Amino acid sequence: MSKVYIALQDNDESRYIVEAIEEDNSEATVIHMPAMIRIEAENFLAVKRETVEEKMGRDWDVQELHVNLITLGGNVDEDDDQLTLTWNE
Amino acid sequence: MAAKKLNIKDKYRLLTRDLDWEFSYQDRNKAFPFEEFEGIKITDWSKWEDPFRLTMDAYWKYQAEKERKLYAIFDAFAQNNGQLNISDPRYVNALKIFLTGVSPLEYQAFQGFAHTGRQFGGVGARVACQMQSIDELRHVQTQVHAMSHYNKFFDGLQDWSHMHDRVWYLSVPKSFFNDARAAGPFEFMVAIGFSFEYVLTNLLFVPFMSGAAYNGDMATVTFGFSAQSDEARHMTLGLEVIKFLLEQHEDNVPIVQRWIDKWFWRGTRLLTIVSMMMDYMLPNKVMSWKEAWEVYFEEAGGALFKDLARYGIRMPKYADIIEKEKEHVSHQAWWTFYTHGHAAGFHTWIPTDEELDWLSEKYPDTFDKYYRPRWELAKEMEAKGERFYTKALPQLCTTCQIPMLFTEMDDPTQISYRDSIYKGDRYHFCSDGCKDIFDDEPEKFVQSWLPVHQIFQGNCGGPDVEDILRDYYQMNVGVDNMDIKGSPDEERWKKWKGVA
Repeated sequence: MSKVYIALQDNDESRYIVEAIEEDNSEATVIHMPAMIRIEAENFLAVKRETVEEKMGRDWDVQELHVNLITLGGNVDEDDDQLTLTWNE
Repeated sequence: MAAKKLNIKDKYRLLTRDLDWEFSYQDRNKAFPFEEFEGIKITDWSKWEDPFRLTMDAYWKYQAEKERKLYAIFDAFAQNNGQLNISDPRYVNALKIFLTGVSPLEYQAFQGFAHTGRQFGGVGARVACQMQSIDELRHVQTQVHAMSHYNKFFDGLQDWSHMHDRVWYLSVPKSFFNDARAAGPFEFMVAIGFSFEYVLTNLLFVPFMSGAAYNGDMATVTFGFSAQSDEARHMTLGLEVIKFLLEQHEDNVPIVQRWIDKWFWRGTRLLTIVSMMMDYMLPNKVMSWKEAWEVYFEEAGGALFKDLARYGIRMPKYADIIEKEKEHVSHQAWWTFYTHGHAAGFHTWIPTDEELDWLSEKYPDTFDKYYRPRWELAKEMEAKGERFYTKALPQLCTTCQIPMLFTEMDDPTQISYRDSIYKGDRYHFCSDGCKDIFDDEPEKFVQSWLPVHQIFQGNCGGPDVEDILRDYYQMNVGVDNMDIKGSPDEERWKKWKGVA
C-alpha cells in the first residue's frame, strides 16, 4: 500500500475543503504543520465538489482547489464533480 | 435556446485537439526537428491527457487570483516592517541562497519549458508546457519582489543575477539547469518535469517553506506556497510525461530509465544545499532534513516507483547510497560553508548549544559520532579568537560541480573520490553516480565551467581570493561574507531590537 497525499494552505477556505475530505475519506489522516495542512490516505483520496459546497454554503468549482493547493502525490483525475488521487498497486 | 455550458472534459478537448492542424505542404519533421534524435518513439500524440484538463481561460482566472492574494500579503509584510518579526537575522541567509541559487533556476525553467513546448508535436503537451513556462516566469518575478524588501535591510541580496553567473557554489544549480536545457526535449521533461518537480521541489517548497512560516517570514512562505500550487500541476505533468513515454513504445523504457538514473542523482546532489538550509539555517525547526527526506523522497518517491513498476521502471540507481546520505549531507555541507565562509555571499556560524542538542537528537546515529566534535573544536578555536577559515580552494566534481565534501557512506571519515580518464585527461568526481553520468556523456561534461579551474587559469581576476570576491563576484567584501558574528547584518538587527 502506498500513500496518496494532498497539502493545502492553512486558511479559511481550506478549512472547509479539509472538512469535506475528512467526511468523504474516513481513512484519511490529517496532519497540521506550520501554515499548511497535509492529508494522506492509503491508495485513494477524493475531493468532492458537492461536499465542499455543502460545507462552504456556496457554489464551488473543483478547479478553485488550485488557489489553496500546495502539493499532491498520486495519479490525478479531475472532472466537474471531483478530483481523485490514486496509486495503482 | 441558450448554449449548454461545456464541461471541463469538452473544453479541454476543444482546446487541445481542435486547435491543431495537419501539415499538408510542409514536412512535419522539419516543424519538429528535435522530436526524434533522442531515440524516443511517439506513435500517437492524441493519447496525451492533462488530468487537470486546465484550459487557458481557467488558467488565467486562477493564476490571477493567486497573484492578488500573494501581492496583498507582500504589501502587508512591507507596510508592517515584517522583516522585524523574523525569528533571528541568521534566517535571512537562507533567503540569500534562495535568491542567488534558486530564483534564477525558475528563470531557466521558464526558458526551458518555452523551448521544449515548441518542440513537441502533440498539442496537449505543448499547452501544458506553455502554462508551466508562464508559471516559472511568475515564480522568478514573485521571488524577486518578495526578497526586494529584505534587500533594503540586509546585505548580500543586491546582485543575485550576477552572482548566479559567477560565484563558485552557484555554478552547482546553474550547471544543473544548463545540462537539462542543453538536452533534447524529452530528456528535459524527464529531468525537470519529472525528476525535479515530482520529487525534489517538494523538499524545498513544502518543509522549507513551512519552516519559513515558523520563522516569521510571511512573504517567503506565501510566495513559496503560491509557487508550489503551480508545482502541483507541474508534478502531475511530469508524471503524465513519464507514463505517456512508457506507454507509447517499449523501446522508450531503457532510455527513460537512464534519464531517471541520471536526474535523480543530479537532483539529490543539488539538494545538498537545501539540506543544510533546513538543518542549520532555520532557527526555529519544523523537521530535520532526514525526516523531510523520508516523507518526500522515500515515501512519496517510493509510492511513485511502485506505481511505475508495471512499465518495467525500477528505483533510480544508487537509491541505496542516497538512503544512507540523508544522515550525513547536511552536516558535511554546512561544515564546508562554515570553513569557506570568507568566500560565501552569505554569513555562516557555529550552531548554538541548543541547536547542537537538536541535531544530536535528530541524528542519533551520526551527529555525535562524526560531526559534533568538529563544532566543539570550532567553538574552542573561536573562543581563542582563531575562527577557522580554510586557505585552500576546493577540488570540484566535474559533473555536479560540488566541492569534494561527500564521504564514503561505509566510512564517513573518508572523502569519496572517483576519476575517469577521457582522451588523455583525468576528470574527478565525488561519487559513482557522478562518474557514471560523465562516462555516459563525456563530450558534454568535459566542457564543464568549473569555478576553481577558472580561477587557477586566471579567468576570474585575482590573484587573491579577496580580489576575485570583490571584482569578479561583485561581493561587498567584509560585509556580505564572513561569520554572522560582528557582521553589519547583526549590528543592525541589534540596533533595531534595542540590544547591546
